[in-house]
Amino acid sequence: MSIAVNMKKMTMVQAITEALKVMLEEDESTLVIGEDVGRNGGVFRATNGLFELFGDERVIDTPLAESGLIGTSIGLAMNGFKPVVEIQFLGFIYPGFNQLITHATRIRTRTQSRYTVPLTIRVPYGAGVRAPEIHSDSTEALFTHIPGLKVVVPSTPHDAKGLLISSIKDPDPVLFLEPMKMYRSGKGDVPTGSYTIPLGKAFRRRKGEDVSIFAWGAMVRVAEKAAETAAKNGIECDVIDLRTLYPLDKEMIAESVQKTGRAVIIHEAPSSGGVGSEVITIINDTSFLYMKAPIKKVTGYDTPVPLFTLEDDYLPDEKKVVRAIEETVRF
Amino acid sequence: MDISDQFPLVQLVDGEGKQCEENSHVTVENAKRFYEHMTFSRLFDQKAVNLQRQGRIGTYAPFEGQEASQIGSALALEDGDWMFPTYRDHAATAAFGHSLENIFLYWKGCIEGCVPPPGKHIFPPSVPIASQILHATGTAWAEKKKGSDRVSLVYFGDGATSEGDFHEGLNFASVFQIPVVFLNQNNGYAISVPLERQMNTKTIAQKSLAYDMPGVRVDGNDVFAVYNETMKAVERARSGNGPTLIEAVTWRYGAHTTTDEPSKYRDQSESERRRERDDPITRIERFLKANDAFDPEWEIKVKTNAEKRLNEAVSEMEKTHKSDAALMFDHVFGTEVWPVQEQKQRFFHEGSEKA
Repeated sequence: MSIAVNMKKMTMVQAITEALKVMLEEDESTLVIGEDVGRNGGVFRATNGLFELFGDERVIDTPLAESGLIGTSIGLAMNGFKPVVEIQFLGFIYPGFNQLITHATRIRTRTQSRYTVPLTIRVPYGAGVRAPEIHSDSTEALFTHIPGLKVVVPSTPHDAKGLLISSIKDPDPVLFLEPMKMYRSGKGDVPTGSYTIPLGKAFRRRKGEDVSIFAWGAMVRVAEKAAETAAKNGIECDVIDLRTLYPLDKEMIAESVQKTGRAVIIHEAPSSGGVGSEVITIINDTSFLYMKAPIKKVTGYDTPVPLFTLEDDYLPDEKKVVRAIEETVRF
Repeated sequence: MDISDQFPLVQLVDGEGKQCEENSHVTVENAKRFYEHMTFSRLFDQKAVNLQRQGRIGTYAPFEGQEASQIGSALALEDGDWMFPTYRDHAATAAFGHSLENIFLYWKGCIEGCVPPPGKHIFPPSVPIASQILHATGTAWAEKKKGSDRVSLVYFGDGATSEGDFHEGLNFASVFQIPVVFLNQNNGYAISVPLERQMNTKTIAQKSLAYDMPGVRVDGNDVFAVYNETMKAVERARSGNGPTLIEAVTWRYGAHTTTDEPSKYRDQSESERRRERDDPITRIERFLKANDAFDPEWEIKVKTNAEKRLNEAVSEMEKTHKSDAALMFDHVFGTEVWPVQEQKQRFFHEGSEKA
């Protein structure tokens, strides 16, 4: 991370706009492209003001077609541009899934790096904001399973800006998942100007010796709150914000559980086949003999995300996480 | 009036080799050039089918019968333009300068076969139907943004017009006036499904109306007409006047792939009738004879040269038994990513243990 002099308080969504502005200024090949990203400034206002600053050759409203958007952006990326695509909600990306899995992520391999796809796809995701149906999906595991794709999830305004700049600069496709619940849930210190946070590196949000908690996106806040409560009962948690889901930060995962011997993984996505299972694989591969208790997962259920009257029941919360922490300690 | 009446089949030289109308591209010189490429392509295709039968390459998708559609369009491009083929467009890619050895290697199961020669923008064959239409549109959009006069040309079949990506590609190209040529080869069948089950429109060209772009229906076995229409479309794109949809009406003589049995879904005697009456190469031969320009010794020379080139390419291909396993790992990402690196190390470590 480069040294940044000035700090400014802002929300995550403002930090994302800042990152886009930095890249549009810094690199002429950067394009912001999507549905409603121009005049309207994006459905969440993440591209607010960029159209006015950079014009419609750089900040481009497209027809309403996710496959068309991702597919043509692949062509732009292969031919000298760095498109930053906005898909309005993760639940709307599926028409473009074929372009992502059969092309964007394979073109480097298929052409032995003759052609590459430096493409970033930004997508708001997750539940907890009383959104309509299909607007609250957390299907990140569908994407971490695709070879050739990096998957990044910030949880703070500071990380959102640095990680997005890194994602745009990355030479390969990056899926950049933005937790909707964190968009405006508070302001944080964000350095002005350009800075990067390396992809694939987790961040320790709280230091503790008793239980490791792994989370990403909006669940990081849940983990932190649970850790505060546990601390009152004398249990100190090591809260790790994974930040990148592919590739996972194996070193930090191993280092943390080798210290604590206990782990709780939180994700709002369905339990089966989730990224949590991959974290368990890493613990198994690196730290099996250090473990003092079975690893706990606190996750969403293997059901479609419910409509919002039930979303609080569906989502992991502080209570469920505290219970899991206590169970691993008592084992 | 039926909409399809606006899209009559354009022909410059008919099946008898008779010129139908004046056109500057209908020359003996062009006829010979087309004939050489198409004869070569047919021998390539027959060679590939034979190699598959002998187990020297894997499953192959033959194009015999479609040579005029592919050669007529490919020769309208220039270096620096972009070509996006399907898995049945090797006449086009070879004519545009692809490495023959690599085309064979691709079908032999070697990823390096996807790589075009330096300086040539030829994309690997697209397997998911119609998906490449968007890449052609995107690369051409990039050319427009750079202010160049380069264009993209994308091949796809009749079945592809049912896919969403076909419509999304045409729509993007139309909205942003992108310099791309959509070259449809309508060979009447998507594997076994005939055109009338694929669409209720009488032509594919008329779909251009929905996107307010020029569309034309051309006799895909008339190489002169295909060349002429593609030249016009390429020129239109180069000069900033946006996309064109070309429907080249043709016929594949053989199977969908070497694993397919066409007699199961169509009367194969139709292929024989068409070979007799409407073959795209025979048509040029007839044209040349009608113009007293067909020299049997030249024909033998064309075929001998083609055989020689093909045999050399096959020998080159056969020097590669299988791909280097490192190629599987080395181009997944442009940066080191630990799971891939670890898996590669384990693969080679276990391999050396076995050895």
